[in-house]
Amino acid sequence: MSEIPGDLKFLKSHEWVRIEGDGKVTIGISDHAQGLLGDLVYVELPAVGDDIQAGTGVAVVESVKAASDVYAPVSGTITAVNEALADKPETINEDAYGEGWLFVVELSEPDQLNELLAPDEYAEQIEGEED
Amino acid sequence: MTQKTILNDAHRALGARMVDFGGWDMPLNYGSQIEEHHHVRRDAGMFDVSHMTVVDLRGAGTRDFLRRLVANSVDKLKVPGKALYTCMLTLDGGIVDDLIVYFMADDWFRLVVNAATREKVLAWIAEQAADFDVAVTERPELAMIAVQGPQARDTVATLLGDGNGKTVAKLGRFAAAALEGTAFGDLFVARTGYTGEDGFEIVVGESHAVALWMALHEAGVAPAGLGARDTLRLEAGLALYGQDMDETVSPFEAALGWTVALDEGRAFNGRALLESQADGAPRQMIGLVMDDKGVLRHGQTVATANGAGEILSGTFSPTIGKAIAFARVPAGEPGEVTVDIRGRQVPVRVVKFPFVKNGQPADGV
Repeated sequence: MSEIPGDLKFLKSHEWVRIEGDGKVTIGISDHAQGLLGDLVYVELPAVGDDIQAGTGVAVVESVKAASDVYAPVSGTITAVNEALADKPETINEDAYGEGWLFVVELSEPDQLNELLAPDEYAEQIEGEED
Repeated sequence: MTQKTILNDAHRALGARMVDFGGWDMPLNYGSQIEEHHHVRRDAGMFDVSHMTVVDLRGAGTRDFLRRLVANSVDKLKVPGKALYTCMLTLDGGIVDDLIVYFMADDWFRLVVNAATREKVLAWIAEQAADFDVAVTERPELAMIAVQGPQARDTVATLLGDGNGKTVAKLGRFAAAALEGTAFGDLFVARTGYTGEDGFEIVVGESHAVALWMALHEAGVAPAGLGARDTLRLEAGLALYGQDMDETVSPFEAALGWTVALDEGRAFNGRALLESQADGAPRQMIGLVMDDKGVLRHGQTVATANGAGEILSGTFSPTIGKAIAFARVPAGEPGEVTVDIRGRQVPVRVVKFPFVKNGQPADGV
């Protein structure tokens, strides 16, 4: 298993959140999640300007095997999406925590960040999932 | 209870990600399904298909029994070693299973049937055999390895050495040979497969299966999992039992009309329905390609000029770089076809299959 970056927060459903410090966060799916999904072939992203609600599906990542919803870890407005993924969805397989980011959200309820999992809590969860 | 093939430890040692497949613990991939897929198309890959079932039919009544059991005509099999792809039907003409029949001698035919349908199929064969002079023997002690890809034949022939290697190198397509006393014991080697590539399906005794697997690996044959097997077979236009056909579907409705022989005077299970559909079945199976980004999936609703149908097998095709699928839709010219993907009506093109030929997208795909 790859290292989990210490500056991230997580949802149980394998989304990661990086706090950018200007009221915005970047969101992606974890390296563990891309490993479970296998080779990614398609990503359906929200549009810039969309308002999203924490806990609802806002994107879809499709591997050869299955389509998976990506849930919004926080509420807010989409300010950027990773357009490069349209042509290279496999970037998520190669660099889930870096170049494979999905979208940026401007927070409407910053307190929601306190409800997310810390890296060690997330690591514990995925260890428990393994056989 | 989950069953394991004799190669289970070997898969794990090669880093396989294992999944439950119809009650069997099988490798989904060994890292990347897409790399394994391309390796089979460009070089050679191997699959553990030991979960499939080998059934031997022996006795003077074997040919008569098969005349009744399957929709294709075993009388096409005149030369020992030749094989036939066919469907086994219910009395009402639904598909109990699709299978390959190998003719080895007048009193010995071998069947290879699907993994997922094993119990049902064995019970059906036993029941149907009761009226004939035929002994039905399941061969669970035999493992099976499929070696597929443009380099597959040469690699296997070289591995088997002078005499046996020559025998398998000369095998015609859809033919098999029983080999005795190879370095891997007695083998049954068939030039058949499920990927659209050339290659062999090798039936090997369990005591030699791991050695054969490792020898193939050392000879450069890459292990490939069920994931790649699924994308390869769909590209090759090959149907999967349980997804593309079942007991509610006739061979004509599963694009398998070419496997039906309505030869005169042969009373076979399901014949009455097939005769009634010979000039047209109510439904048809069509091939679809989607030019938009996204993936076609089993169960999605398909709209055609004649009404709605649904996606059967659907996947992303690594060779074409687009989504491809089979769909079952009402009979007739489908017209403009769209698929409902998460509430969006996405246009798709109806194309002939196989979707991929000689390792390349087929014309018109």
